[in-house]
Amino acid sequence: MEYVPNKETIVKRIARFFKDGDVVNLGIGLPTLVGNYVPSDVTIVLQSENGFLGLGPAPEPGHEDPMLTNAGAGLVTILPGGCFFDSAASFGIIRGGHLDYTVLGVLEVDQEGNLANYMIPGKMIPGMGGAMDLTVGAKKVFAATQHFDAAGRSKLVKRCSLPLTAVKEVDYVVTDVGFFELRAGTFVLREFFKPYTVDYILEKTDADIVVDKDCAEVDLN
Amino acid sequence: MVAKPILTADEAAALVNEGDVVMVGGFLGVGSPGAIIDALVRKGTKGLTLVCNDTALHNPKTGAITMVAHLVLAKQFRKMIVSHIGTNGETQRQMNAGEAEVELVPQGTLAERIRAAGAGLGGILTPTGVGTEVEKGKSVVEVDGRAYLLEKALRGDVALLRAKTADRAGNLIYDKTGRNFNPLMATACRTVIVEVDEIVETGTLDPETVVTPSIFVTHLVLAAK
Repeated sequence: MEYVPNKETIVKRIARFFKDGDVVNLGIGLPTLVGNYVPSDVTIVLQSENGFLGLGPAPEPGHEDPMLTNAGAGLVTILPGGCFFDSAASFGIIRGGHLDYTVLGVLEVDQEGNLANYMIPGKMIPGMGGAMDLTVGAKKVFAATQHFDAAGRSKLVKRCSLPLTAVKEVDYVVTDVGFFELRAGTFVLREFFKPYTVDYILEKTDADIVVDKDCAEVDLN
Repeated sequence: MVAKPILTADEAAALVNEGDVVMVGGFLGVGSPGAIIDALVRKGTKGLTLVCNDTALHNPKTGAITMVAHLVLAKQFRKMIVSHIGTNGETQRQMNAGEAEVELVPQGTLAERIRAAGAGLGGILTPTGVGTEVEKGKSVVEVDGRAYLLEKALRGDVALLRAKTADRAGNLIYDKTGRNFNPLMATACRTVIVEVDEIVETGTLDPETVVTPSIFVTHLVLAAK
């Protein structure tokens, strides 16, 4: 079986996880795309750590406002009922138990729930921005990542080798081959995504995986 | 209420002294005081320490440079205390070459350290960074069974801020996501200079809508239209 990276599978599955009223912060990059796939009958509230609730889609041409941006400086809109606040209030929401979910990108995630996603020593040191606060503060943390890196190594590992963003805070990992939950120091496979199989995932992943008793195939195409 | 002096951008830049700790509002340049920054580049004051969310945008490929990135490029900072430098290749180059010191601080911790200084606190306890490289050299304090880092208050000499509207007394209203760190920095520096789109007569702003109280603001600058 050949691995074909598929970002859409990852964000589609995460988007289906949310319920009405959930307050969610989506990280920069791949996680941002989750917002495009939330089912039309579910209304979530998106928090943007640069200081507002009610993050809406990109503006229509001609309606761009340079003073209304997301945390990646992309031009966005604010939905009816949204509001602005300063950075201390924003991170009060994040750390204070008011954020139901955050979805963050991954360099490495390990079976203890440790996440490394903010630097590669000597190579890439962009800084953590809000990632450390989000990982520690959100009630539930989704790590969203392609299952393998460009060199074919699994991004799910036994033990992170890169500097950690946070210790034992990840709850779920969604890749383009399956849905994993962190339980008692191991990845638990809850769903495997068509066309991949349980055997393929167990063989190719460099981490301990327990297969959930209710583990099922899911078709996200 | 006493009316605050209205300065030109160049007069404002002249209030920044060599070696000062300068707090600059803005998030990737949104909500930064562009006219004052340009004037500070013209003035050329060196040896500064920057406190800002990030070092804005410097893309060597496209040549795009925004806000505090102009000051980085002019090598006016000895040290930068920020949460993110990923959109500024020049900051990373200066850090790797040892030309400038960069202290990376989690964004929520940076906000609270500034707020603490303005509120007369010695610091704050945060769970953010426990067990990571951020913990190095800091006290870990356990409260009710949970570990927290002791993060010290962060004060500045001069705050260079951006708001939408000020009244003559210095009460401020911000503009959407341009608010970010500006209200916090207004409380944590001795000199607080705010660039605004408009200055209205004292008494015309609804007191319920004022975000930053006038007492924190020392000078106003009218932004170029």
